[in-house]
Amino acid sequence: MELQTLIEPDRVHKRVYTDPAIFDAEIERIFERVWVYCGHESQVPNPGDYWAVQIGRQPMLMVRDQDRRIHVVHNRCPHRGVQVIGNECGNTGQAFVCSYHAWSFWLDGRVRAIPLAKGYEGTRMDKGNPDCNMKAAARVASYRGFVFASLAAEGPDLMTFLGEAKVAFDDMCDRSPLGEVEVVPVCHRVIQHSNWKFFMENQLDALHPSVTHQSTGIAAGRVERRLKEQQGSAPLYYHYLSAFASSFEKWDGVQTINYPQGHGILKAYMGLRPQDPDTLEYEALLKKAYGEEKAEAYLSRSIHHVLVYPYLSVQSPLQQLRCLRPLAPDRTLSEIWHFRLKGAPEAIYKRSLWYFNLVNSPATMINADDLENWTKGQWGLQSAGGDWVSFHRNHGGDRFDDQGVGYSNNGTSEIVMRSQFQAWKRYMVEGAAA
Amino acid sequence: MNKQAIPSAGPDMKHLLDQDVVIEGDAAAAPTGAERIEPTHAGRTRAAPGAVPSLQAGLAAAGDLQREVEQFLYLQAERLDAKDWQGFIDLFADDGIYWAPARAQQTSWELEPSIFAEDKAMMEIRKGRVLHPNAWSQAPLWETNHVVGHVAIEAVAGDRIEVRSRFHMMELRRDSIRHFGGRYRHSLRRENGALRIVLQRVDLFNAQAPFDYVLQVWV
Repeated sequence: MELQTLIEPDRVHKRVYTDPAIFDAEIERIFERVWVYCGHESQVPNPGDYWAVQIGRQPMLMVRDQDRRIHVVHNRCPHRGVQVIGNECGNTGQAFVCSYHAWSFWLDGRVRAIPLAKGYEGTRMDKGNPDCNMKAAARVASYRGFVFASLAAEGPDLMTFLGEAKVAFDDMCDRSPLGEVEVVPVCHRVIQHSNWKFFMENQLDALHPSVTHQSTGIAAGRVERRLKEQQGSAPLYYHYLSAFASSFEKWDGVQTINYPQGHGILKAYMGLRPQDPDTLEYEALLKKAYGEEKAEAYLSRSIHHVLVYPYLSVQSPLQQLRCLRPLAPDRTLSEIWHFRLKGAPEAIYKRSLWYFNLVNSPATMINADDLENWTKGQWGLQSAGGDWVSFHRNHGGDRFDDQGVGYSNNGTSEIVMRSQFQAWKRYMVEGAAA
Repeated sequence: MNKQAIPSAGPDMKHLLDQDVVIEGDAAAAPTGAERIEPTHAGRTRAAPGAVPSLQAGLAAAGDLQREVEQFLYLQAERLDAKDWQGFIDLFADDGIYWAPARAQQTSWELEPSIFAEDKAMMEIRKGRVLHPNAWSQAPLWETNHVVGHVAIEAVAGDRIEVRSRFHMMELRRDSIRHFGGRYRHSLRRENGALRIVLQRVDLFNAQAPFDYVLQVWV
């Protein structure tokens, strides 16, 4: 497969979205090698707690052991290959036990007991053989409570992989007076009928909101204005929706930062510092915890979204996270989570919760129209009406520093997609270590 | 690569951008770039809503509270299926809340994650959204069909009535059919003789299952 011919600096061939063989290669060369987000430590607070997670095509289990360490192991009994855990989450006690022949395993995957073990004496499968264990992910690491695993033994460590995109987790946690978040254990799952790349491109595409989301933005703006006239102010969450219908010029005025690994940041002030009593109380707590200067730096970070390429979108100022699990060239599952700032007032959680309910829930008034775009996008790319996908907007105007980081003062520049595909090419064509 | 310049769409674009979408006659008050995109309604007209039954339709025994409540629930479902959004919203009290929690054990519409949690102002936004000519996801044909049953009045106290029921909703969108089912819990209040919803709780039995696409409007 001549993959390098499909990626040009300013356009890509439609096959990268539609070809099943390319999708299979993406799973092998990217998703089953890079550091993949498994979950937050607070999802498994107690020994024996587990949560099922998909890495590439591999059903895995994130589990906490008796010594409180977190492991990620293949959800597969080494005896006859049966999945050991059939549930999405729960507590497995001191051991995993297979439902077929009662092989049992310690929480790090090592075999614990085999019924009538005598029957294996003298065979290759006696207890000392590592083949008797549930296979563990090659590497597991966490950053500020967020757990990642890689199925590749070799490659950059987690912090090298995250690079500057680690700010997603810093920004989330630094907004807590205790420097920590905890998961709200509700995961919304939504399936999109399109390639995973549609999602990643869309997250930092600042031209689409006022087109795609104009119906919601305008409807919300009208109610917001009426409330302001009647009451003098409207709750912040109306602005979450009305902002989507800001003018093209306003969206073009935001900045993007595009990293060579494909990660990216869309900068913008989210309007999260109104001078109401709740916000002032919260900001005072942060200043008490970190001092005036640091707290101010944390509160004024200009971030709308942080992307960890190729599968994570973090809206850190509102403590929300969407994680992609590609299922097929034209099918992608997103897992949608949000977090509480430990030690922050309830009013601040409520503020983020409104965003989660309005924008990220399965009744979303925003993503409903994105999903429709991506479905139609996938259909369009499957057609013979053309071969190329254009990323020409502001091409030629990209500014890169000596580290290869691309900056754009045009929020609507398609540098975002150009940059993501350069990273894709490195993984897929040049075989960059994940 | 073909280096020929793309013809500038400047004048055409300006012509398009100068036109306001007229939305309930209020476009001038919202001068955003988004509104300056001319909508084209060709092929995206929607079927006129079906006949909307009146509150009294089918209610033979006016004094029979069980039947009155049942008819009220059926009416609400029929208004939803008829896409009579305002008629649907009007069944809520002014302080009414329409809430689909994410999990059955949740007790607060404001403090826990939801599928949706809407007061009347937010319901008005949802209505305004789906009626906008450029609500793109509303363009493909879609219909719903609700069946409401198992209506049980749990408590009557003063002007308040607590009702639980079950529902099943089929939804057609493009060529696909989806099913949603679960429990309704209506907290009703009698206002000037009419029943109004103070809180409608919707416990989808598949609330935590993956959603293939998202909800179109309400359930």
